[in-house]
Amino acid sequence: MAFIDIRNLTKKFGATTALCKINLRLEKNKIYGLLGRNGAGKTTLLNIMTNKLIPTEGEVLIEGQCVKENDAVLSRIYCMNEKKLYPESLTVNEVFYWSQKFYSSFDQAYAAELSQLFGLKTRKKISELSTGYSSVFKIIVALASNAEIILLDEPILGLDANHRDLFYKELLKNYSINPRTIVISTHLIEEVSDIIEEVIIISKGKTLLFDTVENLLSQGYTVSGSSTAVENYIAGKNVLGVDSLGGLKSAYILDQLNRAELPEGLEISKLDLQKLFVHLTNSKEVV
Amino acid sequence: MLIDFNSDKAIYIQLAEGLEDAILAGAFPEETKIPSTTEISVSYKINPATALKGVNLLVNDQIVYKKRGVGMFVSEGAVEKIMEKRKISFVETYIKNLLKEAAKLGIPKSEIIAMIERS
Repeated sequence: MAFIDIRNLTKKFGATTALCKINLRLEKNKIYGLLGRNGAGKTTLLNIMTNKLIPTEGEVLIEGQCVKENDAVLSRIYCMNEKKLYPESLTVNEVFYWSQKFYSSFDQAYAAELSQLFGLKTRKKISELSTGYSSVFKIIVALASNAEIILLDEPILGLDANHRDLFYKELLKNYSINPRTIVISTHLIEEVSDIIEEVIIISKGKTLLFDTVENLLSQGYTVSGSSTAVENYIAGKNVLGVDSLGGLKSAYILDQLNRAELPEGLEISKLDLQKLFVHLTNSKEVV
Repeated sequence: MLIDFNSDKAIYIQLAEGLEDAILAGAFPEETKIPSTTEISVSYKINPATALKGVNLLVNDQIVYKKRGVGMFVSEGAVEKIMEKRKISFVETYIKNLLKEAAKLGIPKSEIIAMIERS
């Protein structure tokens, strides 16, 4: 039995199909990256997983139990939403207090410690927080929730480089000490590619790809060198895309590398997850 | 210890090699503790499973061993083991490439030996 079982999930908003027959089986205590372009259905999926939206068809099961109107199951999931859902007039401290009422394992001391690390003033009202600090605040509530399943919808929205760095480190520290199931939905693929273990790419409401990062990256490579050398080399190969800069070219190839047949002067580096994503989600046809 | 995130070499392998280099350089003497997978994961911002996979390569080669509840320690004789292992790969990675390049440039073996003696 999968830990999180997403079965045949479809969500329609009027004539628009936001999700179409999504089937995903997530394992316990892994970090998943949920990637997709704007409007791909990422937030809809997370909202259905937390009973904020009711699916048109299908269901989400946590250890066999449906999340729909099920408080016992829902208290095991914390979803950090992209939108501001907290009462604007409450202070940060008050939200920490009330979070503990909803999530019994919410750790107030840890929330205070994280607030200090991130420089979040806990006496401020939610309405007074800047975009960046609003994200910081939501990240802290999510991490301190101690929920078994943490869903993070665009957690790094508006965060500066220092705060992003701190967020990734605190997330990994938290996960490493108390393993839990984490789903991070993001656009900034490059930043999370070494943090996530498995990647789910959705496009136009459908699952395009679901695999471990390691598997995915081992399926291809990047070759760079002079234009002519690269062009000769890539002829007849499965080329994802090519970038040119003057007389230089880089080609992204989905194939096994055979070092013996690699001509002199060409350099090999790893397949870039971001490039793969852009290519896969740019194609008109969903594979 | 540096990890090249753009390299086509897997991160866990780079990590294992980096730890070996550190052991060779004496940064982690035999019978001392190496960083935990949590510390490695946090400082390099990599998934703990990747960090564990790298450390496990060293466990399999008996270069480090686990003390239950305490952490990972450098085995006795680890330096020697790493040197033995590296000597074998030295031929594969350095000598064969050297000979290949020399052949391309038309350098005879006697001249290579002279070059080595001179440098």
